[in-house]
Formats: sequence, C-alpha cells, structure tokens
Amino acid sequence: MSPLRTLSLTVNGRRRRVRVPPMKRLLDVLREDCGLTGTKEGCGEGECGACTVLLDGAPVNSCLVPAAQAAGARVVTVEGLAKGPALSLLQRAFVERGGTQCGMCTPGFLVTSHALLARTRGRVPSEAEVRTALAGNLCRCTGYQRIVEAVREAARLKARPARAKRAAKRASRPARKAAR
Amino acid sequence: MGVSVPRREGPDKVTGRALYVDDLSLPGMLHGRTVRSSVSRGIVRRIEFDPAFDWNGVVIADHKDVPGANIVTHITEDQPLLVEREIRHAEEAILLVAHRDPERAEAARRAVRVEVEPLEPVLTIEQALEARVRILGKDNLLKQYAIARGDAEAALAEAEVVVEGEYLCGHQEQLYIENNGVIAERVDGGIVLRGSMQCPYYVHHALQRMLGLPPEKVRVIQTVTGGGFGGKEDYPSVIGGHAALLAWKSGRPVKIVYDRLEDIAATTKRHPARVRIRTGHRRDGTLVATDVDVVMDGGAYQTMTPVVLSRGALHAGGAYRCPNVRIRARAVATNTPPSGAFRGFGVPQTVYAIESHMDRAAAQLKLDPVTLRRRNAVVVGDITPTGQVLRESVSAVEVLERTAERAGWAEKRRRYARENAAAARAEKAGRFPPDGRRLRRGIGLALGWHGAGFTGSGEVRIQSLAALELTPEGRPCVLAANCELGQGAITVFAQMVAERLGVPVELVEVETPDTAKVPNSGPTVASRTTMVVGGLLERCATAMRERLELFAERAIRDGADFQRVAKRFLKQRGPLRVERRYQKPPGLEWNDQTYQGDAYPCFSYAATAVEVEADLDTGEVRVTNVTTAQEIGRAIHPVQCVGQIEGGTLQGLGYALLEEVRWKDGRVWNAQLTNYIIPTSVDAPPFDVTLVENPFPGGPYGAKGLGELPMDVPAAAVVEAVAHATGARVATIPVTPERLLRALAGEETR
Repeated sequence: MSPLRTLSLTVNGRRRRVRVPPMKRLLDVLREDCGLTGTKEGCGEGECGACTVLLDGAPVNSCLVPAAQAAGARVVTVEGLAKGPALSLLQRAFVERGGTQCGMCTPGFLVTSHALLARTRGRVPSEAEVRTALAGNLCRCTGYQRIVEAVREAARLKARPARAKRAAKRASRPARKAAR
Repeated sequence: MGVSVPRREGPDKVTGRALYVDDLSLPGMLHGRTVRSSVSRGIVRRIEFDPAFDWNGVVIADHKDVPGANIVTHITEDQPLLVEREIRHAEEAILLVAHRDPERAEAARRAVRVEVEPLEPVLTIEQALEARVRILGKDNLLKQYAIARGDAEAALAEAEVVVEGEYLCGHQEQLYIENNGVIAERVDGGIVLRGSMQCPYYVHHALQRMLGLPPEKVRVIQTVTGGGFGGKEDYPSVIGGHAALLAWKSGRPVKIVYDRLEDIAATTKRHPARVRIRTGHRRDGTLVATDVDVVMDGGAYQTMTPVVLSRGALHAGGAYRCPNVRIRARAVATNTPPSGAFRGFGVPQTVYAIESHMDRAAAQLKLDPVTLRRRNAVVVGDITPTGQVLRESVSAVEVLERTAERAGWAEKRRRYARENAAAARAEKAGRFPPDGRRLRRGIGLALGWHGAGFTGSGEVRIQSLAALELTPEGRPCVLAANCELGQGAITVFAQMVAERLGVPVELVEVETPDTAKVPNSGPTVASRTTMVVGGLLERCATAMRERLELFAERAIRDGADFQRVAKRFLKQRGPLRVERRYQKPPGLEWNDQTYQGDAYPCFSYAATAVEVEADLDTGEVRVTNVTTAQEIGRAIHPVQCVGQIEGGTLQGLGYALLEEVRWKDGRVWNAQLTNYIIPTSVDAPPFDVTLVENPFPGGPYGAKGLGELPMDVPAAAVVEAVAHATGARVATIPVTPERLLRALAGEETR
C-alpha cells in the first residue's frame, strides 16, 4: 500500500483536503473521500466517459487521473452543475427531451455538454459539433439523438437572453443602423 | 395519455442524486470477489491458498458452504452456484472471497490457485453438432422445437423458384453502462439483497433454494438500475447468490460489483446462431414454402435458452403469409459462458436471417425488395406457422409502405445504383475524386415483427399480480415488481393509473420494487411491462375509482377531490388496496405439446430503412441515415417510445456492423470497451422515426409491446444496404471491414 498524502483541491467550489495514496484515481477520491457518488464508473479505462468531470474547466475521465494530478485543481462534478436547488437549463433539457434513460452515463454527458456550451458561449452548436464533442461518452440506451437535441435545446435557451440583449441594443441605436 | 410528461426519476438522474448499487455502503460491509476458472472444461483437482498471503480478515466460501442447494434456479436447475468438481465453462465461479478492504479482497482472489485437469471442450455450434466430444447427453442438445404448417417439402419440390441461404451471427454483449452488482445483508435469520436487476422475484425464488429459506426470510430490493437489456434478467440470481452466500457465512453485509472486464467475460450474452433457409416462390415472388433450420449456442447451462430458442423459432418465418412452413430449432450446449436474455430474445437472429433471405430472394427473382415484401406481408386474417389467426392490429404493410415512402426508397434505390455505376466507370478510366476514396452508397430495408408478452402459456403460468393502494396522504400508489431500467416503466405506470383515476400524474406514487412491499407482477422482460402489467394496473385503477365513487356517492372531480375522498375513506373504512391478477383473454389458446395456437396475444410491427456509405478500399461502412416506422398499438409516452426505438435501432446497427465477441480457447479476449466496440455519437446516424398507432383492444389504452421490436430489424437492412452499395452480400454479421473486403474479393465470409 502506497503511503498516504494530504492533498487539497476545490470540488464544486468547495475546498477539500483529503488524505489518500497519490495514485488513487480521482474518481475514487470523489466517490469515497468526498462522498460525491454522482460521478460513475463504467469501464475504468477511459473509454465510456461515465466518470467525466471538469478539471480546471476541461472535461477529463476521472478514472484515468491520479489524485496527485488534481492537487490544487478546480474540479466540477455533476453535483456542481446546478446553482441552487433548481435544475440547470441543460439538466432540464435532458429530462424533458428524453436525454436520460437509465441515467448511468448521464452525469458524464452533462459534464461534457456543460463544457461544450461554456465554449460555444451563446452560440447554438451544430448537430455535428455536438456529436463530435460527445464522442468520448458512451450511451447504450438513447441512440444519442435525444441527447444531441437536449444539448442544442439548452444552448438555444441559453442563447436567448444574449440575443434579446443584442436586439435591445440594436433597438436603442436605430439611427446608426439606418445610416449604414 | 399520449403526452410526454417529464420522466419521474429524471431529476435524480441529472443531478447525481440517484443511488445505484455501487453508490451504497452499509456499516461493516465486506467486498466480495470471485475466483473463476481459466479453462473451459476440466476437473478441479486441488485448491491452494498461497501460504505467503495474510488471510486474516478474509472470508472464504465454496460450494460446501451453501446452506441450501448448490443450484441457481432459472427455468431448470442445471447450473451450480459454485463449481463442485466439474468445470463447464471458462470464468465459471469456483470460490468466493471477501474482505473489508476491496484491494485486499482482490489480492486474496489472486492468492487462490486452482489446479485443474483439463478436458477437451466443445466451443462452437459445429463442434457441438458433430458430437465427437459429448458434454450433454448423446447429441449435446439443450432443447429443440419443431413447428409445421402445410407441407413445406412438397411445396418446395413444386415451387417455380427455390432460394437457399445460410446466415450466421455471433455473441453480442448487452453492455449496459452499469455493470452487474448487488449488496447482501444477513438480517434476522434471513437475507436482504439489494441490487441492479430486472426481475426481483426471480432472484427471490433463486435465493430461497440456495439458502434453504422460506419466502418471508428472503427480501429482494431493486436499486436504481443502469440498463439491463436482458443482461440483468437471469444473472442477478448468480451474483446475488454469491453475495448472499458470503453474507450468510460472515454475518456481515457483502457487496459484489463487477468491473467491466469481469462483466463482459463472465456474464450472459446474446445466443450465436446459424440459420439455414430455403424458400419456394412463384415467379411473381409469392411465397409458397418456407423451411427454416435454426441452431443456437446456449453455452454451458440452460439459463433462458429454451424460451429464447422458442421465441426465435416462432418469429423465424418473418411477418409473411405462407401456406407451407417448417421451422426446426435446436439449441446446443457448448463449454462457453451461458448465453442468456438480450433484448429481442432470439428474434434479432432469426429476423436477421429471414429478412436477409428475402433480399437474396428478391435479387434472384429480379424483384424490388420492397415489392417482394409487400406481396407477402401479413394482413388481417392471415395465419402464422402455429395456426394463429392474426385478427387485429396488424400493420406489416403499413409500416413497410410508410418507411419506404419517407425514406425515398424507390428514388434512392435507382439513384445510388446509377451513381455507383458512374463512379465505377470513372475509376476504370483513371478518374478519382479529390480525396481518392472509392465510396459507394446503398439503401436497404427490413421488416420485422415482435410478439408482445410471454410466449404461449407463459403469462398463464406466472399469473402476475399487480396492486394499487392508497397512501395515508390519500394518494394512489402503484405496487408492481416491474423495474425502471431506463425504459420509462414507472412514468408510464403513473400515466396509465392517473388517466383512469382522473387525477394529475404527479399525484400517483410508484413503489420501489421490493419483494416485501410489492406483489409478484412478473419479470421486467418480453416487452410485457406496459401491455400486460400496465393492463393490470389500468384495471386496478378502474376498480379503485369505482370503490371511491361508490363510497362518496358521486363522481370524483379532480386530483384534490380524489385526495379528499380517499382520506375520508381511509378514516371511515380503513386501508384500501386493489389487486388484479392476469386472466387469459377469452379466445386465446396455446398448446405447449403441439406448438400450435396463439403464440402471442398480438404482434408489433416495424420496418427500418438504412442508408450506408461503404469504402471499397478499407471495407469501412458508415450508416448515414435511418428511417423507421413502428406500429406499437398506442404510444402512451411518445418521447419515451421514440427513445426506445432510436436506442434499440442503434443496438441493432452495432450488432450489424461493430459488435463482435472474440474468443480464444473459450475465453473472451476483447472483454473491454477498448476492443468490444459499441456505437458512439459519431457512429450513430440521424433517425427519422414514425410512430404508427393501430390500437390493440387487448392492451391498456390500445398499447402493445415496444421495447424489443426496434432491435430485431436493422441488421438485415444493413446487409442489404451494403449489398446495394458494393454488390457484395455478407452472410455473417457483424459486417466488419475484414468480412466486407473478403466478400468483395469473392471469398467466404464465415
């Protein structure tokens, strides 16, 4: 058994100190030492993406990340996606559009999709773009189409306030627009 | 009804709150590991425990520790819980170990050495049929059936055109994303088992036998289940038995959760099959004779093989009218891990075969494949090979026509042929596209049917019981043993009950399947949950409403009113629980001896068109489009129906193109997601799904079974699309690049 080390990391905005073997999988640190069982193990070898979490904003397979590598990092898990008790737009879209069935892959899909929407920022990604972004997450239930639709629906809803703001701006400068 | 309300457990699943078995931990819990055989067949000579290993705190259990019978009860009792002497398949469980620390438990497993005297194994269908090595009786046969109508042999002899073909398919892994797992706990002289499963009462039954306990001393509770697809129909009795035995012996809670490697290597898979077909036709394509010979590989023990084979055989003639049919079906024993239930349950194999055969026939008859199918597809009044008259809700022609139309079948058939010919001419003249690729496109289509509910007298035999009761808050609560696996069962149950009670769906509670709380409404299998169990619940709800309205002496107006009346009822009359048991619908007759009669109360129908792009140099095939129309009686929850259809179709595409279990000396060598490949989001095509409704009077609100149907159809459509694109018809699925390249070179593709 490897010696224990004390590591600190930020999980879902909360500072955590854990005493673990440095090569312990981040997946197990989250599930066992932080009590966050929302992150799932599907294959243990980085193929299925069920264990996807954000490590400093980037989606990673937490089954392939040793604890030592996460020291000092910001980690976001499925439990950290909603602000407060209400579901996020993305979570709601997954429920309403049929993006979750058995639910075992869902945390990983949500985390990957969350990162995608953070990247596209108010733009609705194309279907192909969503499919490529999700290619590292396996789902055996849905056939993916409901998931892709859920992600794009959430992007549309997210984009709406931004678009409304732009429209309002345009409305406040009618003269300039007319001058063009 | 017909409204897609939000999935009940959806919020828990998208927030990480849903607790699957591996998310649970009990105080003092041990972690169990399984010592397995590395050989396919042999005799255990000696078991050695490494003396250098520290065995402190390790619990060890073998077959001698089983308090009841060392048997896993499925349909028969041929499978031991743990090997006593003879090993019949690789990965068979020999011994169990458990420790507080999962790493120590794993180390203990590795510190056990099993000395085995190997025996020559039987590993394939061919070896089993040859019977040079006998592992079961004189002929290695696990089960056989014969179905006959008319005189197929005579009709073949007189037919204007006879078409012959052989079709092969291998194992397929269910690959639910959550592996098999359970936690057993010894409580008050009994056992409580929690776990990922489809059929709590199967496990309940099996544990009684193993532990020698009466029913009330065994309690089985389903935890949130991350997919099943049949893979958690029979296997939970095995892993559940293992955990229960360790818990029984140690007195401590024991968790066993497999990792992916162990799950793929050791648990059940779809039966491999070899199907030989001869059909006789008139020159216009009309079927006059069908002769089918099915052989499936059941593996080392029976598990569900008799019923898988039966269902496969009953669908083997396809959804076609034919006056002379002979279907022979055999299942052989081999020294491979037992084959078991997997969505479709024998039908994906036989429908793939008959549909591929219809395409071969169309080519031989120089007919369009859709024209040939339309000419022979069953309509109301037609008779199946078992003599069943199809009386109602028969939509084979409709799904065929709708799919062909929406897919643009006729136009694409011509256009792709033209474009492919033009590309071939250009290449011959030395002109290639800028990327240099020799791509061809093609479209194929297949028609399928799936009998809903148990086969033959199955429903009569299990006598399902479902119930509806009032909670102290005056809410209706569904009591059924059928499990939410992701398919949406509990949402649909709530919808169907709410509709009859006249209350909002949110008012309805659904109890977790727990044998201490819910009656035995049967297993969550056979596309029976909505149609059969939903039907019982619909009747419960009707009766409950009558009782309450009689009590109130007026009609119930809405949800709030229901709750008011219910609370008053509880106060004045006491608890209210309404139960309904399955009753055989009048006019449904089945004979298990002659295999004649109504094999199913009804069939659901689907047609699926698949478009592909094939690369002649690499042999790679990409599915670019799927169009499907599926007739399921009535769509209770359209979003979930479409979800079932898209998901099932993608499993079918995986079966057709990617998913191949590779064996070496009777062991799976690709037991990983790295090399057992399932479709990703970029492999999956866009789906165009049409739900066709043709209400079945015997189902609740007209609903028929749906879960398995979509899986049955895609494989043959893929094979035909590839043939249309490349001219090469591969008779073995999956159509891997290697097989396609061999077929293009004119070689055997077995």
